[in-house]
Amino acid sequence: MNHFLTIEGLSKEDLDGLLDDADEFVEVLHRPIPKVPALRGKTVATMFFEASTRTKMSFEKAAKALSADTMSFSPGTSSLSKGESLKDTVLTIKAMGTDAMVVRHQSTGAPWRIAEWIDQPVLNGGDGAHQHPTQALLDSLTIRQHFGSLDGLKIGIVGDIRHSRVARSDAQAFSALGADVTMVAPRTLLPVDPSVFPAEVSENLDDVLGGLDVVYVLRVQAERGGASVFPSLPEYTARYGVTKERFARLNPDAIVLHPGPMNRGVEIEGAVADDPRALILDQVFNGVAVRMAVLFRLLGGEHDG
Amino acid sequence: MVDVILAGGTVLTASGTQEADIRIADGCIAEIGPSLEGDETIDCAGCWVGPGLVDLHAHFREPGLEWKEDITTGSRAAAAGGYTAVVVMPNTDPVTDSGHLARYVATRGEEVGLVDVIPAGAVTKGRAGKELAHLDELWAVGVRVFSDDGDVVGDAGLLRRAMDYLAARGGVISQHAVDVGLSRGGHMHEGSVSSLLGMYGIPAAADDVIIGRDLRLVEMTGARYHVQHLSTAGGVAMIAAAKAKGLPVTAEVAPHHLAFDHHAAAGTDPVYKMMPPLRSTEDRDALRRGLVDGTIDIVGTDHAPHAEHEEEVPWEQAPNGVIGLEWAAAVVNTFAGLDQTAFFERLSVAPARIGQIADQGLLPAVGGPANLMAFDPTIEWTPESTVSKARNSPYLGMALRGKPKVTVHRGVVTARDGVSQRGGT
Repeated sequence: MNHFLTIEGLSKEDLDGLLDDADEFVEVLHRPIPKVPALRGKTVATMFFEASTRTKMSFEKAAKALSADTMSFSPGTSSLSKGESLKDTVLTIKAMGTDAMVVRHQSTGAPWRIAEWIDQPVLNGGDGAHQHPTQALLDSLTIRQHFGSLDGLKIGIVGDIRHSRVARSDAQAFSALGADVTMVAPRTLLPVDPSVFPAEVSENLDDVLGGLDVVYVLRVQAERGGASVFPSLPEYTARYGVTKERFARLNPDAIVLHPGPMNRGVEIEGAVADDPRALILDQVFNGVAVRMAVLFRLLGGEHDG
Repeated sequence: MVDVILAGGTVLTASGTQEADIRIADGCIAEIGPSLEGDETIDCAGCWVGPGLVDLHAHFREPGLEWKEDITTGSRAAAAGGYTAVVVMPNTDPVTDSGHLARYVATRGEEVGLVDVIPAGAVTKGRAGKELAHLDELWAVGVRVFSDDGDVVGDAGLLRRAMDYLAARGGVISQHAVDVGLSRGGHMHEGSVSSLLGMYGIPAAADDVIIGRDLRLVEMTGARYHVQHLSTAGGVAMIAAAKAKGLPVTAEVAPHHLAFDHHAAAGTDPVYKMMPPLRSTEDRDALRRGLVDGTIDIVGTDHAPHAEHEEEVPWEQAPNGVIGLEWAAAVVNTFAGLDQTAFFERLSVAPARIGQIADQGLLPAVGGPANLMAFDPTIEWTPESTVSKARNSPYLGMALRGKPKVTVHRGVVTARDGVSQRGGT
């Protein structure tokens, strides 16, 4: 593995291998001193061209738990605002001495472009509405921890799938790991051609709700604004919100996940988010472990635990 | 001036094709026949010989955007590709929307002297879509093709007035047929690839709704109407239906829409980013068929140079378009398979006719102007370099069949084997 850019094309074995590694790092993170010297002397640059809090902090925590040094970049303070090209920005940061770059960019494909320009590992921290592969790993790990396996599980991904890199990566990862995935959204929030994803499609949450083992609730991306894709937030909540009433109709063993940040009262009701069967903070914790697994895979030598 | 012989090619004349030499003297064709002699002989054995190619759609970026291309480098690329005349789009800075600006472009073209550089004029002032450009001034300096290319003339009422104003004189409205509302925010064809990439798409309907609307205005006004860079199967069908009704409508396809479909965009290399975007396989195949059967009248390169640093960005920030003058003939030959007659019809005769360009697109005849090119339709080669200022070409490193052998502009050899011969100024 030279880079970690996409879930597309990864097999069950590839994914299980990464999740097995992540399980070991979960154990590391539970130790009194949650740190190993695996990447001592390496420098990981987190290049977040689009604002992010949790993913950036999670990658930095993961790098530090492996004893790597970190450097960070954020667009507000950079020369991007002075008109520098992406290539020049990246080569400049690399020249300071990096060993790997974690890239978040609002434009689809940016991490691939960067991977063409530098001869060191690039990790996709989310590109456009395209891919967010470490999110798919942490979601898969959370579900695997809870059920033991994803094989045969019924997983509904609900909400703004069209604009969601999480949904794209998750649908591919969950399906590769053996789950049956259904994308649930009004047509304006579905991909124009959903047939390219290994998933069923439904425009009616109430039709599929009772059969689900996992309800994966996507954030309504109000900040994208501009295009009007549903009539109003209350009308969205009425049809697609995971309310207490809908939660009560779930299979009693079913769990609820959300990638955050949540709009409480819009796509998920506060009481549901705070229920023990909502594993949202487990997802966040697991994010550090899967990012350790990927960084170690790309930068480490033999895994000595 | 020396006498030049184009020797041993298959010459397309008004009475069909014949194996013959052509003797060029004093800017004209002096003789067509066997075993001619002159000061310099260029071997054209195995080549198709016909009129120099004519492009109704290129961007030379001068004035104002010379970091991308200028009239000198654009002319060199055109000559290298077998062209002897190029209509350049008015989306320069300033926009070619008045007589003196059009005259400037034409004059610069004459100073360079490698091809006839013919300005297209804007339909609206500043291409802003608000009020008519100085259509009479433009007409007076020889402009016959009017386009807001880069932007659609979106206001149907304004387009109708432009059509009414130009109809009686036979001016051509050349439309960049992409609806703003349907294309807003889009960066590639809306379909399976855009869905997978999570990118906003531009549906095929964005082109079709403008073409459909405009054809109704053509019916109403009788104006000549030309669809630029046709990209959809729906557009091809509408053009065929309009021609069957006898409307004064013509259409153009760009080489890249013949060569590629939207799968080429999957890797998000901006060299495949165009407007209209590379569309579905079905659309691409309909364009190839339309060019062969004549529904699509011409190939227009939409030669769109951009500087290298402008391409060193993610797809969504990259500008639209690719360069194409040097390889258009080869791309058409590789992907559309025209015979010699259709090749020169679509790349020279018809564009000169639509653009009302004097001394161009004329089949070789004794006494006629020596604007000629020879094309080797069988040679296999891979372009590795360009004479354009820009390098935004998907054809560099791509295997192509067919290559321009020699270009003659007003009796002077301007390119050989894909390399332009004179620098211009």
